[in-house]
Amino acid sequence: MPVLSKARKYHQLSDAPAGSFAEKMRQLPLSELAYRSRRADREHVARLVQSGRARTLEDFAALISPAAGEWLDTMAGHSQRLTQRHFGKAIRLFAPLYLSNECVNICTYCGFSRHNDIPRVTIPIDEVRAQVSKLAGQGFRSLLLVAGEHPKYVSNGYVAECIRESLKLMPAVSIELGPMETEDYAPLVQAGGEALIVYQETYHQPTYESLHTAGPKKYYAWRMDTPERGYAAGFRRLGIGALIGLYDWRYEAMAVAAHAQYLLRHCWKAQISVSLPRIRPAAGGFQTDPSFALGDRELVQLVCALRMFLPQLGITLSTREPAKIRDGLAPLGVTLMSAGSSTEPGGYDSFDESTWQPTEDQPGEQFHIADERSPSEIASMIRRHGYEAIWKDFDRALVT
Amino acid sequence: MADTLTNQPLEIAGRIFQSRLLTGTGKFSSNVSMRDALRACGTELVTVALKRANLDEKADPFADILDFLEPDRYLILPNTAGAMNAEEALRLARLSLAAGLPQWIKLEIHPDPNYLLPDPIETLKAAEVLVKEGWAVLPYINADPVLAARLQDVGCATVMPLGSPIGSNRGLETRAQLEIIIEQARVPVVVDAGIGAPSHAAAAMEMGADAVLVNTAIAVASDPCRMGRAFASAVEAGRAAFETGLGLSSQRANPTSPLTAFLD
Repeated sequence: MPVLSKARKYHQLSDAPAGSFAEKMRQLPLSELAYRSRRADREHVARLVQSGRARTLEDFAALISPAAGEWLDTMAGHSQRLTQRHFGKAIRLFAPLYLSNECVNICTYCGFSRHNDIPRVTIPIDEVRAQVSKLAGQGFRSLLLVAGEHPKYVSNGYVAECIRESLKLMPAVSIELGPMETEDYAPLVQAGGEALIVYQETYHQPTYESLHTAGPKKYYAWRMDTPERGYAAGFRRLGIGALIGLYDWRYEAMAVAAHAQYLLRHCWKAQISVSLPRIRPAAGGFQTDPSFALGDRELVQLVCALRMFLPQLGITLSTREPAKIRDGLAPLGVTLMSAGSSTEPGGYDSFDESTWQPTEDQPGEQFHIADERSPSEIASMIRRHGYEAIWKDFDRALVT
Repeated sequence: MADTLTNQPLEIAGRIFQSRLLTGTGKFSSNVSMRDALRACGTELVTVALKRANLDEKADPFADILDFLEPDRYLILPNTAGAMNAEEALRLARLSLAAGLPQWIKLEIHPDPNYLLPDPIETLKAAEVLVKEGWAVLPYINADPVLAARLQDVGCATVMPLGSPIGSNRGLETRAQLEIIIEQARVPVVVDAGIGAPSHAAAAMEMGADAVLVNTAIAVASDPCRMGRAFASAVEAGRAAFETGLGLSSQRANPTSPLTAFLD
């Protein structure tokens, strides 16, 4: 079994390697841009919206301003056209598969946090096979393996085996795990892993420090440079994001946009996608600050602004969002969607399309989803918009 | 429509095509919409991304794009989209042959997933191997005349230079380079990518391109069938004009009664 290398972890941005995003992050005036965004001038914003594109981070800040909210419909039109041109009339579907809720971290908002008294489980390989088979039966041809961070239960040897096993039934397999060093990712790429997903949660350092009190996740800057280490190992798609609700959403949105722009430039062989999940209720009962909340209209504005800033960017909308928002946003800029997700290891055991029932809160889940419709219902919804629901857009022959 | 202007047929790798409009299969709102548009535009050569197709023996209702392509109407041209290097493209091509698709391949190798610009070095490498294995190789390339010549040297069936970045609808922004490629070509030249309007397609044909490949402009049109027919007409018209021979253009007017007529 591969042994994890001794990581050279750093917490401070000033300790980040020269040229990395974490190092660049120090020079980004995010607080000032967020401040200016809230007070953006109506006329400047109107001109920008009419132009249909945001050329700079300053432009992006203006597009997420309250003033730009008045032109939301115009922005939606631009976003829709740009998305269709780059991605077609199509939405790609994927399913998350939770492998383990074991976790050594304490993250006050997360259901898997070490301090929560929940049943802990890491599913064995033969059960992984059974779960993948269920998801393949529902139509999924793209899988995201998700696990808490635990060097013993969730080693890269175990994950590599899960990838190899899943690839027997799935043409594309991605991972979302605790950050690793480049050399520890290598066996996962070799096993056939396509994409690496890692969310910063919050880009605001003081908030990050207050929420991640123990465990390896506390290395703020090292986590931020994870996509670059994954790229060096050979992943062909990189997913980033922030958990919206932990800090001022405009600050987070600008950090995500800047990070995505950096990755598009520096990791030019990789597809870059972002996700902006709004925080959901979870074990531990974490209470958010209402002033950080991103409203529905603002979420739509943010998706459109991201599209106008980075037309080639993948944008993921998960089942954390309720049906109304997912349906409305599907034709406006989103390119990737999950469906019928369970956030509990082994959670697809009881799935049967004909008797599909929304689930009650499960004690071992990471958070409770909001859109509980089945995968086939989501595919029908996408088709109703005049879009194709694409299940297969990758082939294992590309990686193995 | 092909007989109305009695254009010469197109020959690629020993096969004759009446239509000079090649089409893609991506970005359509549904497989049905794609099938109808392909019928309407009369195309006889249709490319499909192998990554989207089911290449296993078992039928797959969730990856059934091949079921909507009609081999009695057109030749299916598998492409290697998604491949980042020669090795991946070769794997995909061989898999496609094993799955029973024709031994024709549109070679697309783009390490850059955002603008899908082709890698010239990897493309040449893969083309060399595939031609030796007996494939009809149709490589997607930047509008680079030297690369086009090198690919013809190794035995490619066509060259497919881009007019402008894929999906951009910007037309023939590489015009000066395309003119050189066409002038020097020993195989058919197919202008691929960037053709956003029927007028762009007509312009490429008037220049002497042997064919054009159009995808985005048809696929995301509000009425793909009608737009497909519009492109078919433009390709026909442009080709007829090329075969007939257009008059030279000039900066100033040429009087029909010459100024020196008194000398006659």
